[in-house]
Amino acid sequence: MNRVWGIFLGLFLVLLAGCGLNNNNSSSASEKTIVMWHWLSDKEELLETFAKEFYEKTGIYVKTECFPPPETYIQKIMASAQTNTLPDIYSILNSKRDFANFVKAGFVLKLDSYMDANGGEWKNRFFENALKTVSFVAGNQFGIDPGVYGVPIDVINIQYLYNKDIFRKAGLDPNHPPQTIDEFINAVKKIEKAGYGGLVSGFGEPWIVECFASNFAWNIMGEEKMIATYKGEVPYTDPDWIRVFSLIERMAKEGVFVPGIVIKSNKDAEVDFAYGKVGFAFNGSWAINVYKNSNENIQVGIMLPPKVSNANPRGIWGGAGTWFAVNAKSPKKELAVKFLEWLTEKEQEITYAKETFSIPAIKGCMEAVPEEVKGFLSGMKYVYHPRNFPVQEYPLVVEAFTKGIQAIITGEKSAREVAEDIQKVKEREMKKHPR
Amino acid sequence: MRTRRVYTLTNYLFILPALLIFLVFGVYPFFKVFQLSVMSWDGISPEVKFVGLQNFIEVLHDRVWWASVLNAAWITFLALTIQNGVALILALLCAQNIRGGHVYRVIFYLPPVLSGIVIGLIWKWIFRYPDGILNMTLIKLGLEHLTRDWLGNPHTALNAVAIVHMWRGFGWGFVILLAGLQNIPQQIYEAARVDGANALQRFIYITVPLMIPVFVLVSILTILGSMQIYDIIAATTNGGPGYHTEVPVTRILASMQGAGRFGYACAQGLVFGAILLFVSLFQLWVSKRLKQE
Repeated sequence: MNRVWGIFLGLFLVLLAGCGLNNNNSSSASEKTIVMWHWLSDKEELLETFAKEFYEKTGIYVKTECFPPPETYIQKIMASAQTNTLPDIYSILNSKRDFANFVKAGFVLKLDSYMDANGGEWKNRFFENALKTVSFVAGNQFGIDPGVYGVPIDVINIQYLYNKDIFRKAGLDPNHPPQTIDEFINAVKKIEKAGYGGLVSGFGEPWIVECFASNFAWNIMGEEKMIATYKGEVPYTDPDWIRVFSLIERMAKEGVFVPGIVIKSNKDAEVDFAYGKVGFAFNGSWAINVYKNSNENIQVGIMLPPKVSNANPRGIWGGAGTWFAVNAKSPKKELAVKFLEWLTEKEQEITYAKETFSIPAIKGCMEAVPEEVKGFLSGMKYVYHPRNFPVQEYPLVVEAFTKGIQAIITGEKSAREVAEDIQKVKEREMKKHPR
Repeated sequence: MRTRRVYTLTNYLFILPALLIFLVFGVYPFFKVFQLSVMSWDGISPEVKFVGLQNFIEVLHDRVWWASVLNAAWITFLALTIQNGVALILALLCAQNIRGGHVYRVIFYLPPVLSGIVIGLIWKWIFRYPDGILNMTLIKLGLEHLTRDWLGNPHTALNAVAIVHMWRGFGWGFVILLAGLQNIPQQIYEAARVDGANALQRFIYITVPLMIPVFVLVSILTILGSMQIYDIIAATTNGGPGYHTEVPVTRILASMQGAGRFGYACAQGLVFGAILLFVSLFQLWVSKRLKQE
C-alpha cells in the first residue's frame, strides 16, 4: 500500500518540478517569439521562409502554424477566442458580424495609429478596396469605432473565366468574350454544341451563389438600392430584385449551368474547369493557381459579368483576400505589428505574388503580377463587397436568398416565389431583431 | 479500521482521473448547453443575455428545423426497414455456414469502417451526372430515360443520400444480427425440424422471438446513428439543393457558425436530444411489451 502512495507522491513531485522549471535563455527567446495561425497550406512553406528572413533581420522569431482547411481554421479561432487563447497574429474568416464581435470582445488591435505614422506611409501602400475589407466605416451597424483592424496580404476578386481552347473549338473569338447577357447565353449554346459544359461554379457553397446573384443586383439597381434593401426599406419583391431572380431563371431554362451545379463544391467546379470539361467558370483570382497546378497547358481568359443593364456600372465581389489581425490582448502585439508591416513591404509582396499567382495588396507591384492574373488586377476598379456596406443583411435572409436561388436553378420555384419567400424571412427577422 | 479507510481512499484515488475527465468533458458541457440554451450569445463577445425560453419557442416555430427533422426521420425509416432488412437476410445466409462465410463477413463489415466523408465523396462520384458510374451503367443498359442528377435533383437528393447512408450502415447491423443468430442453440431448430416445422415457421416461431433483444439493440443504434447523420451529407450535398437534404445536425451547425447564434443552436441540440430520448424510450417500451407477449 505504501508503495502505491509512494508512486503517487513521486509523480506529483515530478509534475511540480516540471511546472517550476524556468530557464532564463528560453524565457528571453519566448519574449521575442510571436505565433501566427493561418490556414494557407499552399503557402505554408513561403510563410516559413518569410519568418526565417524576418528572424535574420530583426531577431524576432515568428512561429507559423497552419490549420487547414478554412472551416477547421474558423472553428479553431472561435474556440480559442472563447478560451482566450488566441495567438499573436490570426485571421477571422467569418462574416463581418463575427469580425465585429471579435473587435467588441477586445481581440483585435486597432491599427490606425500604426498605419497613419510617418505621414500614413503604411496605409498609403494598400489598395483602397483591400483596406475596406478590414475596416469599419463611420456609422456601421455594429457600433465599432471606425478604423482599420487588419492587414491585407493580397487582394482577390471574383469574375467569369473562360477556356480559350474551347472558345476556338466552338467558333468563338477568345479575344472578344461576350459582354451582354444575350451574347453570353449564345456563347454557352455554341460551347454546348461543341460538346462541352456551359458555366460551372461551386453553387453548393452559399457565398458563391450570393456573389453570383448580387453582381446582377449591383448592375441593375446599384449600391444605394442594395443597401436600402439590407436596411429593410426596399423589399425583395421589388421589380429590380424580381429581375435579378428572373435572369437566373432564364439562365437555368436556357441550360447555361452545368448539371449538378447546386451541390457542387468550388473544389469540384475547379476540377471541371481545369480539365477542360466546361467553357465558363465563375471563380476567384486564386483559381488561376489551382488551374495551373492541375493543368499547366490551360489557357484562361478573364471577363467581367455579362452586362444586364445600362443603369449602373458592372461590379464584382472583391477586396482583401488573405489578411491578418493582431491580437489586442497579446503582450507582444508590437512585435506582431512589426512583422505584418515588414510582410507588406514591396519586396515581400512581390515574392508572394510571384510564388502564389496572387495579386499583391499594395500598389506599385504591377510588374510582379503574373501575366495570367493581370485580368483580375484590372478588374479591381469594379470591386465592391456587401460585407463593406454599413449595414449587413440578416444571416437567415442570406440563407433564404442562396437556397432560393438553388431552387430557381433546379426549377423547383419561380423567381417571384423565391422573392416572396425571402421577403417573408426578412420581415420575420426585422420583427425579431429590429435595427 | 485504518487499513480499511486507506483501502477505500486508494480506490477513490484510482477512479479520480476517470471521474475528473468525465466531469470536465461530460457533465460540465452538458450543463453548459442547458445554460446557453436560455441565453442569447454570438459565441465570441463577453455579453451573454438571458432570454428565458425564447430560443425553445423559436425552435418550435422554425419550419426549416422541423423539415430537417423529417428528412432525418425519413432516412431513419429507410435505414430501419431496408438497411436492417438487408442486414438480416445477409446475416441469415452467413449463419448457414456457407462456403467463404468469413470472407463475406469481412466484406460486409468494410463500409462502416470507412470514413463518412470518404464514402460521401466516392458516392458523389458514382451519382455524378451525366458521367457517373450509375448514369453510365443505365445508358449502357439502354435505360437512358432513367438517368438524372441524383444528388442535385430535389426529388431524388434525399433518397440518394439515404442510399449512401444505408450502404455504409448495414455492416453494423449485419455483425450484431449474425452474433445474435449464432447464439440461438441449434437444438431448438433441430427439435422444430423433427416436429415438421418448415424454414419459414422456424424463422417466425424460433428466430424472431429469440432475436427480439438483438432487434431492439440494432433498431436503437440505427435510430441514433441515422437521426444524427452528418458527414455523408457534408460530403455529398451540404444540405442542398435548397433545404432538401438538411438534417438536424446541419441546422445546428448553421445556427452556430452561419448565424452566430450559439444559444439557439444549444436549444436546437436539446430539443433534438429530447426527440432521440423519447424515440429510444418508446422503442424500449414496445420491445418490453413484445417480450411479455
